Amino acid sequence: MAKISLIVNGNPVNANVDPRTLLVQFLRENLRLTGTHVGCDTSQCGACVVHLDGKAVKSCTTLAVMADGHEVRTIEGLAADGAPLHPMQEAFREHHGLQCGFCTPGMIMTAVDLVNRKGHDLPDHVIREELEGNLCRCTGYQNIVTSIAAGAKAMAKSA
Amino acid sequence: MYEFKYHRPATVRQAANLLVKNEDAKVIAGGHTLVPVMKQRLASPPHLIDLSHIEGLDAIEMKGRSLVIGATAKHADVATSPIVGEAIPALAELAGGIGDPAVRHKGTLGGSLANNDPTADYPAAVLALGATIVTNKRRLKAEEFFQGLFTTALENDEIITKVMFPLPKKAAYIKFRNQASRYALVGVFVAKRPSDVRVAVTGAGSDGVFRATAFEEALKKRFSHKVLDGVSASAEGLNSDLHGSAEYRAHLIGVLTRRAVEAATAK
Repeated sequence: MAKISLIVNGNPVNANVDPRTLLVQFLRENLRLTGTHVGCDTSQCGACVVHLDGKAVKSCTTLAVMADGHEVRTIEGLAADGAPLHPMQEAFREHHGLQCGFCTPGMIMTAVDLVNRKGHDLPDHVIREELEGNLCRCTGYQNIVTSIAAGAKAMAKSA
Repeated sequence: MYEFKYHRPATVRQAANLLVKNEDAKVIAGGHTLVPVMKQRLASPPHLIDLSHIEGLDAIEMKGRSLVIGATAKHADVATSPIVGEAIPALAELAGGIGDPAVRHKGTLGGSLANNDPTADYPAAVLALGATIVTNKRRLKAEEFFQGLFTTALENDEIITKVMFPLPKKAAYIKFRNQASRYALVGVFVAKRPSDVRVAVTGAGSDGVFRATAFEEALKKRFSHKVLDGVSASAEGLNSDLHGSAEYRAHLIGVLTRRAVEAATAK
């Protein structure tokens, strides 16, 4: 077992984990943060995307021990329970950016990372290129792209 | 995934000592090749040595006439580094096209080279630019380093620390992605260097990355896509699988080399 200490959604977390525990398993099974999903489990679909030190990563391909000493943000960390949704979440709701919703946490975490890196005025082709690592099986992406463009603009206003 | 013991050394020397002490140990940095392989139980190292917390191992800097990139520099760092963008923009573009944004936040230069996947992008750049791979023990030329599929000159207790890229006069990398996996079905890196021209091909060779010498000879006379009329790649020794026949890959080498030369001369 390995001792790890990290910050998850702003809260300090200490735990003893088997080194082979994936970050996504640790989040879902130890911390019960089940908003982060396991889709393909092969680093392709992006349902497991979380932020590690502010950058989007695939938590199914990251060991929990490697996050020791670092900061993790999950979909649950975007807006507090009962508080208004994060502008990117609100944009997905408003523009029907989801159908079954399985890919949505990863889509939103990827989208927020994209806005952090590339700003609030995002052309559609940039959004589509940046979604290379996030798969959706329902929507055909059209409304996801619309949602992200709108969410990016809304984030500028709320910042 | 099978059980393993996790180590987090603070220096390369400590990491190398751990490799000597623990047989069959593997080093990990971004983990974006090793973790998937371990999950499939295709690898089961009893010890993992994490290089990602060694300070300074991800530095990117100019040293004299060379661009020096640390082994644990992530693809996203290389893609967005103003130093790389100024020195070898083709290398920044290549790094920005690896995997997807989340993968680029974790995957590293050293990991890509040490793994030497036959469809990886970086080996083409390292071979075409004539880079030197620096380890904790020695310096290796690119052509000595790559030794076939998933095989390199690295010894068991050897760790890549950095890669030194001499600056080319012109360079470009063009890849044709497999439509499903998005890996390079064929990728061609062309570099016009002060002394010669190199064309390195990834994705196509059944023995990993290689130099397309017929194209190099033609381009040495004049660095223009026009001199490539009539030059073609042989299908011999190329991969043939459900993604494309050897003949198709040979054809792509010609097409992509022309496009890469055009892109390099347009800059």
